[in-house]
Amino acid sequence: MKRALAAGLVVVYCLAPFYWMVVSSLRRTGDIFETTPWPSPPSLENYAAVFSGHSDFGRALLNSLIVSAGTTVLTLTLGICCAYALARLTFRGKNLVLGLVMGTSMFPGALLIVPLLKLFTELGWINTYHAMIVPSMSFALPLAVWTLTAFFRQMPHELEQAATIDGCSRWGAFRRVILPIAAPGVFTTAILAFFATWNEFMIALTMISKADMQTATVRVAQFGGASDFDTPFGTQMAAGVIVTIPLVILVLVFQKRIVAGLTSGALK
Amino acid sequence: MRRGSRWFTALMISPTLLALALVVLYPLVAAARESMYVRGEGLDADGFVVEGERFVGLAHYAELVGERFVNALLNTTVFTLVTVTLETVLGVAMALVMHNVLRGRGVVRAGILIPWAVPTAISGLMWRWVFQADGVANAILGEKILWTTEGVQAKLAVIIADTWKTAPFVGLLVLAGLQIIPTMVYEAAKVDGASAWQTFWRITLPLVKPALVVAVLFRILDALAMFDLPFVMIGRGKLSVETLSALVWDEATQLRYGSAAAYGMVLIAYVAVVVFVFVRLLGADLLADTRSRKRTA
Repeated sequence: MKRALAAGLVVVYCLAPFYWMVVSSLRRTGDIFETTPWPSPPSLENYAAVFSGHSDFGRALLNSLIVSAGTTVLTLTLGICCAYALARLTFRGKNLVLGLVMGTSMFPGALLIVPLLKLFTELGWINTYHAMIVPSMSFALPLAVWTLTAFFRQMPHELEQAATIDGCSRWGAFRRVILPIAAPGVFTTAILAFFATWNEFMIALTMISKADMQTATVRVAQFGGASDFDTPFGTQMAAGVIVTIPLVILVLVFQKRIVAGLTSGALK
Repeated sequence: MRRGSRWFTALMISPTLLALALVVLYPLVAAARESMYVRGEGLDADGFVVEGERFVGLAHYAELVGERFVNALLNTTVFTLVTVTLETVLGVAMALVMHNVLRGRGVVRAGILIPWAVPTAISGLMWRWVFQADGVANAILGEKILWTTEGVQAKLAVIIADTWKTAPFVGLLVLAGLQIIPTMVYEAAKVDGASAWQTFWRITLPLVKPALVVAVLFRILDALAMFDLPFVMIGRGKLSVETLSALVWDEATQLRYGSAAAYGMVLIAYVAVVVFVFVRLLGADLLADTRSRKRTA
């Protein structure tokens, strides 16, 4: 009984603020400051407002999707190769490479902003997707290499030997034997990389000045009136729910994999 | 090693290293250079007007004693110390609760992933709403606190929001550590008559330490670089919650690249020192796996 109560407390702690966002998003504009635990009557007014008029929130969601998917595909393509070498090949300087990749993941994003903003201004990259995708590699790539290395290490060591005996080249062994078996780990890593880029804020805020290129997280943060008094809280909450819902669905469907991916690096 | 395999290894690794060189190494070097230059017009030693960039040596670093920088440094330090401590304690507690759950483990695990899944910028908005003057936080407390205006209360609000989002993440990593402790160890402790308290301090904590150390290190790195949450929740340029990252960003977007880069260099030096001390003190052996593999091979 005590255990169930404690578990209940944990769930309430995690869900209460999120629940409040959902409830507030379903209130009518006039009821927004009510504190009843559920909306009465419920209304989709705020959701209509999100997609109406000049805000063009659909475009922002599409931008987020393009940037996140682009970063995910790019980092996985590079990261799979690197992680495979780190986990399953022996070579000199392996710890150095591992240390370098880990070291880059410790970089505060703010430091990257200054030179990249300058560089991208010169290149004319401001307000483009690649101005968001390329810098996003700075956090997504170490994350991908780190997680994938852990997955590759778990696979039995005899796989490549067997493949080579059967006449596969090194590349063939990697592509035909290792990759198919590693698919679940690759998929998990893709989810984590996608989450990380979907949630990214600082780069998208800095490299984009045109409203129609903004990603959803940046757009939501800029919804609003001139002062605290006319902030459209209901619309903000609805937009927040919309940005979060795809992630919540992914979490519910793939929770076991996500947990495995998050913890794979932390456990040795 | 055979020649062919060396080429293969190089081919597999170099794209990642090149990409990281472009997006991490180049900015680092460029920022180090930038931090010693100033943009725009100025007078040279002979009194002539010069345009473009001008070398100013360590002049930007001399600004580090300025009030705004010291304030940002203090905010970053306070946020990191307080949030990481709270998140560690809460995270371990949550992990213990989850570990002992008999039924509905899936529900608890899904619940605990929600704060992690909510984007930081969205959670900033969400908490801004909760902490409105006539919002639900004040309604529950029966107070009239202006949480999202400058002052200590804004710091507290940011700390609460950050803890909500990341304590469950610590909990997840610690839970994974708990699950690999063999039950035999606990049975032995029971036979020896250890109390629950003793079991926790003498068995659980030492055995879960490797997982906990990694989780705390991740959290420290994140907290030192904090940007989105105060920015969205309290606002741009609010001194009571301005972190080092926010200061760097603000300077950069005001086109004061030189000082932005100098502040950024200090931030990375700060991160490096903290990580070094942390790893030294707690012995987080992040490369442990390759080493133990080598030994057994």
